[in-house]
Amino acid sequence: MKRTGLWIRTGVILAITLVGVYMVFGPRRMPTSADFTWEGIKTNLAENINLGLDLKGGSHLVMRVKLDDYLKTMTENNAQAAVSAIQDSTEPKFQVTNNATVAENGNYSFNVTLADGTDLSAVAEAVKKKVDLQTWNETTSGSTISWTLGAAAQNVLKVDAVSQAKKIIESRINTYGVKEPTIQNQGSPTSGQILLQMPGVDDPERVKSLIGAESNLALMKIVSAANPAPVTTYPTVDAAKASLGGTVPANRKILPYAERDEPTAAGQTPDQKAPTRYVVVEYPAVVDGSELRNAEAVSRTGAQGDYQISFQFKPSGAQKFGEWTGKNINNYMAVVLNDEVKSAAFIKSQIFDSGEISGKFTKTSAEDLALTLKSGALPAKIVYQEERTVGPSLGADSIRSGVEASLGGLGLVIVFMLFYYRGSGVNAVVALVLNMLLTIAALVLIRSTLTLPGIAGLILGIGMAVDSNVLIFERIREELKAGFDIPTSIDLGFDRAFVTIIDTHITTIISSIILYMAGGAGPIRGFAVTLILGLLINLFTAVFVSRTIFNWELSLRPKMDRLSI
Amino acid sequence: MLNPFDNFHFDWLRRRRAFIGISIAIMIAGLVSAVGRELTPGGTDSFNMGVDFKGGTIVTAKFRNRPTDDEIRAALNNSGVGDPVIQSSTNKPDEVLIKIPLLEAETSPEGVSDQDHTLQVQAGRAEVKSALDTFGTAAEGDATLDTAPDAAYKIIGTDSVGAIAGSQLRNQAVIATLLGLVGILVFIAFRYDWTYAAGAVIAVFHDVIMVLSFFSIFQWEVNLTVIAAILTIVGFSVNDSIVIFDRVRENVPMRRHDSLFEITNDSINQTLSRTVITAGLVILSVLALVVFGGEVLRSFSLALLVGLTLGCYSTIAIASPIAIWWQSKLGDSKIKDALAPSTTKGEKLASSSRRSVTRRPVTR
Repeated sequence: MKRTGLWIRTGVILAITLVGVYMVFGPRRMPTSADFTWEGIKTNLAENINLGLDLKGGSHLVMRVKLDDYLKTMTENNAQAAVSAIQDSTEPKFQVTNNATVAENGNYSFNVTLADGTDLSAVAEAVKKKVDLQTWNETTSGSTISWTLGAAAQNVLKVDAVSQAKKIIESRINTYGVKEPTIQNQGSPTSGQILLQMPGVDDPERVKSLIGAESNLALMKIVSAANPAPVTTYPTVDAAKASLGGTVPANRKILPYAERDEPTAAGQTPDQKAPTRYVVVEYPAVVDGSELRNAEAVSRTGAQGDYQISFQFKPSGAQKFGEWTGKNINNYMAVVLNDEVKSAAFIKSQIFDSGEISGKFTKTSAEDLALTLKSGALPAKIVYQEERTVGPSLGADSIRSGVEASLGGLGLVIVFMLFYYRGSGVNAVVALVLNMLLTIAALVLIRSTLTLPGIAGLILGIGMAVDSNVLIFERIREELKAGFDIPTSIDLGFDRAFVTIIDTHITTIISSIILYMAGGAGPIRGFAVTLILGLLINLFTAVFVSRTIFNWELSLRPKMDRLSI
Repeated sequence: MLNPFDNFHFDWLRRRRAFIGISIAIMIAGLVSAVGRELTPGGTDSFNMGVDFKGGTIVTAKFRNRPTDDEIRAALNNSGVGDPVIQSSTNKPDEVLIKIPLLEAETSPEGVSDQDHTLQVQAGRAEVKSALDTFGTAAEGDATLDTAPDAAYKIIGTDSVGAIAGSQLRNQAVIATLLGLVGILVFIAFRYDWTYAAGAVIAVFHDVIMVLSFFSIFQWEVNLTVIAAILTIVGFSVNDSIVIFDRVRENVPMRRHDSLFEITNDSINQTLSRTVITAGLVILSVLALVVFGGEVLRSFSLALLVGLTLGCYSTIAIASPIAIWWQSKLGDSKIKDALAPSTTKGEKLASSSRRSVTRRPVTR
């Protein structure tokens, strides 16, 4: 036997084993003596292996942005803005006689019909000056102009909305203090599904309400007599409507106004809420939440239930706001949050960049509100499709039973292999243990996450590793029985079994790769990854390593007349 | 040298009709169970679908002093949760799994507004919590039963799945598995022959359908872990088929005068020791999992136990007969053509394709 070849093989095996041991147990810094104690090894092991949420505990949320609602709202807003843009113009031929909106089943369009169809392009120009309709297809027929959102444009908007939602969710949970969250698309980007994983969070209720909170802030002009007359309010929606002549035009809105607990009539205690009244505001808003630069909860007295939110605008918003307030001294302005007037006040002087939302907020609600205001408005409502939380203790239990099952299975196999194959069983044991070590090392190396289905993949990998050993040994036994000498039998056994092993492994690897690609982000992927790694490594351990051990045996005992197998 | 399989010979393929008959009988039983249950009004569903696929909520709670199942059920009913399933985990007496289905009207993905699913997914945990609060306070947040001496219980895990997400998970798993099988089919066809590929893949279908039959007949719960188990079964079954096919492929050129029938039979017997050892070891470990694995892994381990046993059986009883049967149907002319290069005196085995050495007239 050529010893040099054997030494090279042995060197390769030792080098790979050392790398494997380092990947699994080694610290990612200069090692100290503490790293060689049992405790130190366990700590490093825990740090190196990236456990999935099902093993270390945490929340797994799958949510869906209601993109249809988003496009619907956008269509309706654009329709409304287009009509008011036409109405604001003083040209007599800009007379809207009819307008319609379609926003369902993937069709989004709106149209306006004018009294005079002679100069539609001028009308369209006037609309496009005020409303961004770049991605909308414009068609005219008779005296009607229609804008339609094509399928491609819809997809672009959907993808944008999802990534916007992701950013907003990220900033909201970051401020909340969730450590190392992952936010990613689930499924195709136009499906609107977002996967959020938060390690260590085992009661996601507050995070969920924070994420789902809709905070649409708008500052709007109230239709009212100017100061010093009090702000004009109406007791009912109908009364407000009546003041507008029975119907609400596109550039007006009726909003509820719950005056907070300031006594408005004699005999009313300050704690009592005044009955809700209604005000008429001008639409669109002077400035909206997208112009906010900052918002924070402040308290004058520090007492619970006495918090307000102060906010500042971005330069562009401050510009708009300053211009408008300068022109509207003594007019009334409403601070509108989620379509509800929070406060109404007259403009004392020109204001540029700040304001506040008064109201009796508690500390938590004020902080959460400030947070959601600051992160901007979600493009649309979010619904939850899946919520899984695993407490740390349940996760630890799962690890324990997974490890116990794997080690128990491995132990059973080792005992059997040593009993059934005697001396050669040692080869199998070395190969199996090395297989497990290197599979975990490979997981660490590619920074993959170990999940419960991943452990199942690991166990199947061990099963196939055992199978490879059994195939080889049984084959060697057959060749021995057929009368070949020991070196030839080992040669033939490995060569023949190798063909089988390659075929079984490649088949399983192919199907696992397909599982990985088609299986989404879910549990199937974790299974596929560990199985693929386990099989690739098995080709090394069951064939190369085991063969090397046999060769050493032959080389050290050339006159061997009985192989222990 | 320990070898109980020396000179073992059994005529497997002679019993193929009996084997196939048994398989068909079990599959028909499964079909009757699935269809029958579906058609029986007010009866159980074809499959006992878990929360993962049907939608609903599972809450895992750990108690300091565990109330009885009936007490928990009564508490849940009082707070308006209908039809909860209370399951103890066998190995942890203080833990209990509480499963709440989606309400009956909400089980179909169509015709239900998103709002309902949302509410369901969000409310499950809160509802169970309010019911369990009748037994004492919960240990909230980071507190555990050890650090919060007043707490009576702690919710240690929740799984809430909306109906849409459930059907998505199911479809994704089915599609991924089917695509994986196509990959296997193409690879075996490339390495061996279409007839073998068909045999192996039909055997896999057989295994999966049989496992599903067992799940329908015995109403074991189908959840995400069952998917992982089925993936494992597919891998194992194909692995097993390939080991035998590989032996057939090896034997064919060496035994020119024997029929494929005999060669296959001998190949099964030659690899039998390997089959028994590997399958025995794997099935033994799974059996341990069934006995000691606890409630959470029950479906997974049962599926594996049934499926892996069937995986071995189907290689012998289904995959091999089908491969041979199909070859006999291919007709003599094709087989002669395929064999032509290797029957000439020159022994051009290496240059002849794999196909040529695996096809052989079937005579018996």
